[in-house]
Amino acid sequence: MNENKTKLTEEEKKLFGDLMPEELDEIISSGLNRRHFMKLMGLASAGLLASHLIGAEQLFARSAEIGDIADLAPAAIENGINVSFKVNNTAKKVLIDSRATLLDTLRERLDLTGSKKGCDHGQCGACTVIVDGKRVLSCLTLAATCEGKSVITIEGLAKDNELNPMQAAFLKHDGFQCGFCTPGQICSAVALMKEAKEGQASFVTADVRQNQQSVILSDEEIAERMSGNICRCGAYPNIVAAIKEAQTGKNVEQTWLFAG
Amino acid sequence: MRPFKFTNTSNASSAINLLIKNPNAKFLAGGTNLLDLMKEDVERPDELIDLGRLDLTAVRPLVTGNNVVGISIGGLGKNTDAANHPLIRKDYPLLTKAILAGASAQIRNMATNGGNLLQRTRCSYFYDIAMPCNKRLPGTGCSAMQGINRMHAIFGWSDSCIAVYPSDMAVALSALNASVKVMQPSGTARIIAIHDFHRLPGNHPEKDNNLDHGELITAIEIPKNKFAANSAYIKVRDRNSYAFALVSVAAGLELAGGKIISASIAMGGVAHKPWRATHAENILRGKMATVENFQMAADAEMEDARPLAHNKFKIGMGKKTIVYALEQAFKGTGYKA
Amino acid sequence: MSTMEKNYKPEQPAVGQSISRLEGYEKVTGAARYAGEFNVSDLLYGYVINSTITKGKIISINTEKAEAIPGVVKVFHHKNRPSLAWFSMQYADMDAPPGSPFQPLADHKIKYNGQPIALLVAESFELARYAATLVEITYEQEDFKTDLIANITEARAPKGGLATFLKPPPPKPVGNFEKAYENSPFQASGKFVHGTEHHNPIELFTTTTVYKGKGKVTIYDKTQGTVNCQLYVANVFGLHFKDVRVISPYVGGAFGSGLRPQYQLFFSVLAALELKRNVRVTLDRHQMFTFGHRPPTVQFTRFGASADGKVNALNHEAIAETSRFEDYTEVVVNWSHMLYPAKNTLFKYNLVPLDVFSPLDMRAPGGSTGLHAIESTMDDLAYQMKIDPLEFRLINYAEQDESVGRPYSSKELRQCYLQGAEQFGWNKRNPEPRSMRRGNKLVGYGMATGIWEAMQLPARASATITTEGKLHVNSAVTDIGTGTLTVMSQIAADEMGLHMDDVTFTYGDSKMAFAPIQGGSFTVSSVGSAIKAACNALKKKILKKAKSIGNSPFKRVKIDEVIFADRKMISIDNPAVFISYSDIIAANGHKVIKSVNFAMPKVFKLKKYSRAAHSAAFVEVEVDEELGIINVTRAVTAVAAGKIINPKTARSQILGGMIWSISKALREESITDHRFGKYMNMNIAEYHIPVHADIHDLQVIFVEEKDDIVNELGTKGVGEIGLAAMPPAIANAIFHATGKRVNQFPIHFDTLM
Ligand SMILES: Cc1cc2nc3c(=O)[nH]c(=O)nc-3n(C[C@H](O)[C@H](O)[C@H](O)COP(=O)(O)OP(=O)(O)OC[C@H]3O[C@@H](n4cnc5c(N)ncnc54)[C@H](O)[C@@H]3O)c2cc1C
Ligand code: SF4
Ligand code: FES
Ligand code: FES
Repeated sequence: MNENKTKLTEEEKKLFGDLMPEELDEIISSGLNRRHFMKLMGLASAGLLASHLIGAEQLFARSAEIGDIADLAPAAIENGINVSFKVNNTAKKVLIDSRATLLDTLRERLDLTGSKKGCDHGQCGACTVIVDGKRVLSCLTLAATCEGKSVITIEGLAKDNELNPMQAAFLKHDGFQCGFCTPGQICSAVALMKEAKEGQASFVTADVRQNQQSVILSDEEIAERMSGNICRCGAYPNIVAAIKEAQTGKNVEQTWLFAG
Repeated sequence: MRPFKFTNTSNASSAINLLIKNPNAKFLAGGTNLLDLMKEDVERPDELIDLGRLDLTAVRPLVTGNNVVGISIGGLGKNTDAANHPLIRKDYPLLTKAILAGASAQIRNMATNGGNLLQRTRCSYFYDIAMPCNKRLPGTGCSAMQGINRMHAIFGWSDSCIAVYPSDMAVALSALNASVKVMQPSGTARIIAIHDFHRLPGNHPEKDNNLDHGELITAIEIPKNKFAANSAYIKVRDRNSYAFALVSVAAGLELAGGKIISASIAMGGVAHKPWRATHAENILRGKMATVENFQMAADAEMEDARPLAHNKFKIGMGKKTIVYALEQAFKGTGYKA
Repeated sequence: MSTMEKNYKPEQPAVGQSISRLEGYEKVTGAARYAGEFNVSDLLYGYVINSTITKGKIISINTEKAEAIPGVVKVFHHKNRPSLAWFSMQYADMDAPPGSPFQPLADHKIKYNGQPIALLVAESFELARYAATLVEITYEQEDFKTDLIANITEARAPKGGLATFLKPPPPKPVGNFEKAYENSPFQASGKFVHGTEHHNPIELFTTTTVYKGKGKVTIYDKTQGTVNCQLYVANVFGLHFKDVRVISPYVGGAFGSGLRPQYQLFFSVLAALELKRNVRVTLDRHQMFTFGHRPPTVQFTRFGASADGKVNALNHEAIAETSRFEDYTEVVVNWSHMLYPAKNTLFKYNLVPLDVFSPLDMRAPGGSTGLHAIESTMDDLAYQMKIDPLEFRLINYAEQDESVGRPYSSKELRQCYLQGAEQFGWNKRNPEPRSMRRGNKLVGYGMATGIWEAMQLPARASATITTEGKLHVNSAVTDIGTGTLTVMSQIAADEMGLHMDDVTFTYGDSKMAFAPIQGGSFTVSSVGSAIKAACNALKKKILKKAKSIGNSPFKRVKIDEVIFADRKMISIDNPAVFISYSDIIAANGHKVIKSVNFAMPKVFKLKKYSRAAHSAAFVEVEVDEELGIINVTRAVTAVAAGKIINPKTARSQILGGMIWSISKALREESITDHRFGKYMNMNIAEYHIPVHADIHDLQVIFVEEKDDIVNELGTKGVGEIGLAAMPPAIANAIFHATGKRVNQFPIHFDTLM
């Protein structure tokens, strides 16, 4: 090992002593130039060391215990409405503000956070849920309009811990990365299966005049019909493969090579 | 969203009555446009009257005496259901195509036929309440005029507004000579031809159309046409799906052999209303269906175009889209490029 | 967990196997909770209010109307905020460029459009958003500049003193460029203009701060660096960093946007500390356009080649936007000389400070910008010389990195070219532009080269043999969708000779072992190396423990005389001598054995080499000349990125990069109205990200590449390389199809028609 030692200031030693107690010696004996080391750590800016210079108490004198906090009065719900509807086959009754969207009601009131908010304006599809058998955007649906309806969310697709075939196909084909668009993609794809069975047309359907009963969807058809679900990670090819497999029940090969 | 009272009804006349009682009330249909704009604080109703339970969803043949003269689609029917109705797919495939060119499957499952007609412009200055906009706040000026106007109009705009009307469905309805059937507060029906339904901005861009407060769209009526087998909807947009039109064209050709008896052509993405391409139609009437004639018609149609700083491309694009749509229509509905 | 891949074969090493994401089950069932989904009780909701002017001062803020509404708790702004750290350096985070970082609520000054200027806190989200519209703010406006092109003459060199380790300045000139260029029989030059881009992960930035009393907080944050946010919060609010815990178990995409603490974190913590309550602040989609972005850039290239097809003169200059308060830089112009050995070079990189927020690293920062200019200019040269563009790359293949005169630690780019071309069918290309058609559409083939530096940062990991004889590993690192959990588990399993089922890896918590921010494709190399180090130390501890057992057969055994396999430590000489992990734990009094270790790049050794991942992209486009519609119908990206730990997740990373390439070349751009200094498409209906229908046949090839130098794992990272070569390959294919060279990204119909 190099004879030189990495020279750290006292503050730096203290910070690293806390951040990585066991390695302080190792760091010092690495012999790296101090500035270089700090850059490597991404701590080049001296600011990161400042927390050691300023005591917490100096700026914030606080004594409250978390237990001391009294419950505040419930939020003023303006134009309150009682809605009764089914969510994943369970009857729910909630008092909501008339402004509440189905999405916020699911996420904030019913703790069903599987449905995601990616835009809140109908532009991404992350909030897709299935209402009375049809895929819709829960961010543009007022909860108040759901009276008496049946809502299926991503949490309602797996039955007794058994994944829905679409969920299993997404897993198998790596149809997601960060997973944030995934519940919307899957709900959308599940409803799509029904639409295909009903013979619904899409913009890329060759001849819409031909009324078909049940259609097996080509890649192009799947892509067009799934275009209301945006995936920023770019999992599209894998999602299409997953849907294809779920629809046909046939193994879909992934096009990739691991060349020697 | 500002607070609002949510009111429910399952009856058309009571919905209308509720609405006329409150000048700040609005109907809520699919909500895909209205809620979006309310979240942006562009629309500020203090009461929403939910039309979701009105029984105005059916698609049925229009009959006079013993003759089927067209088709009627319910004002509160969903876009998806209209597009997929067997009668519409067979006899009005242009409408099916246009509807399916719009938005996404989820949105079409929510959007209603009446709501679609009434969707407001996507002009980004209209959407941004920090910006001057004559349509949103009359008299404040038009930010788009000297601003980013790539998406804006090339026909029929005025000094007060250059916005385009974004619906795809309405472009087909225009080519199909449809009418909008509304129920008035008096309870009587009023039929408005689609061409008279939407307005050009003129000095009153705040008014998108000629519907009055208290009028409810109950149905859209479409007369029979003779071009079901020879129609096409072409939409050019910034991505292959889930984007509004830069330019779109709905075209239907009534043919006798290679000869055009009549042409119906309407354009989207170019004006404050569906733009009926009457110049092109006039030129094509009685002519042979050739590419040269299509081009001549398209050139004539675009002659009156007045482009803005960023949308000159729409002229060339408009011409080519017209020609393309006519070619597709000529080749037949089942033809795939 | 039922997520284990059926084809995972425990008897083989886990590294190199295609294993499905271990957190996949949670993600497909909706059980995975992201930062905004921790529904603690007694939660308040904050909504941020942003400036509607671009530059000037706040004259007044009137919150009366808003605060009069029942359920509204408080509006925080610069006048009533608590005292905060006032050294600007205390706002610096691990990824802060030189300058003085933006300090929210510092004073009444407005520095850019959309600057957060107040937080409204209420009992529900809906109420907060509404009441925020009732806050009345008046401003005094000042003149501002936001247009890079209009102010290009103000370009100046970036401020020095920057953390140049990760972002080296342009290399010094070599030879005499001007003369060499002038004398070159073949010359190509171009001006390349790139628009602003915003990361737009689908998850909105959000922070849930749980108030723990006495200046203590637990923060669920969307970030790419839990420790980074922990230190930032501690500094800004004067808390001891041990009292600040930042948790980020699932991150709904980030692409660089989470490298720096975003302002919702600041506001959420501020409100929680002040109100002594739990507070969630979520940005809306507009607000996702009010912090860092990929800067607009203008580039100029001039490349000269001699008659024998050798590039002998390279000039690449870039001018990029930055803010008025920080000098954000990217590595844009350094790549050409790493790829092509020219004798004469001239590189420049300058900045124009404007009234915008500081740019921020976005997937393949700099590289994806610079390579477009480099590889399109190379393409241009190839056409002029009538040499096949692939052949031209091979003629100019750099056996070593001429920009620094060092060998590559490994470089299988040649194989990327050859295998990619083969798979794509490059030989079917007719060299003549506009010569290939399909129906009424023009078809074009294009190719380009990609490169991305392989980096490693110091990181720490902890490894524990649990009381059940299984392995638990942890690190504060996040998983932003890159497959970190799975890949780290694979590395750890092999290190200790365990099945994947026997390994758990926890992450995304600042309490865990230190990890750097996650970005730049360095996570596997950094954290993976730390895991390796921790496991190695653990092995020594196991051996030591084994020796301490009475009559131990390991008494004289050295660490290199044992292997760790099949849940045991086994003597190499005599496989009958072994001890299972459970027996070791039993011998340890049923207590766990743990080791926390640190891995740092071996700087002295690495200095002798250039380390980079390479790629070659081959693209087919179809151009409908009538309508100007461009489709990437087929593409192959061949990647040489060292050891691929998990081909399945790595392939997804490359596919993602390829889709980003299509987006960069053809779709996304934030468009500014410079009269207002504001982006006019701050939503994802008008900011166009590709949809399903935009994506066609994409193929990925991993070329085998062995690298014993880059780090112990031999990995180079796959997060950015997929976005290096393909954007220029698309532009080149469009040229081949149409004969038009459009040097502006994104390429729109408008420019093609
Ligand atoms: C991201 C996105 C992309 C889109 N892309 C496209 C596209 O590409 N092409 C396209 O054409 N459209 C597109 N749309 C728009 C969509 O088609 C419309 O929002 C939809 O058609 C509106 O119908 P709705 O029933 O939801 O109307 P609502 O939002 O419920 O209502 C709209 C307006 O009409 C009034 N109204 C509704 N029904 C009646 C009635 N029966 N009588 C009187 N008044 C009534 C309401 O009061 C309201 O003012 C898109 C929308 C989004 C969000
Ligand atoms: S074009 Fe019309 S909608 Fe757009 S800013 Fe001008 S007035 Fe408003
Ligand atoms: S959150 Fe509903 S579409 Fe984006
Ligand atoms: S998986 Fe990340 S957005 Fe789709």
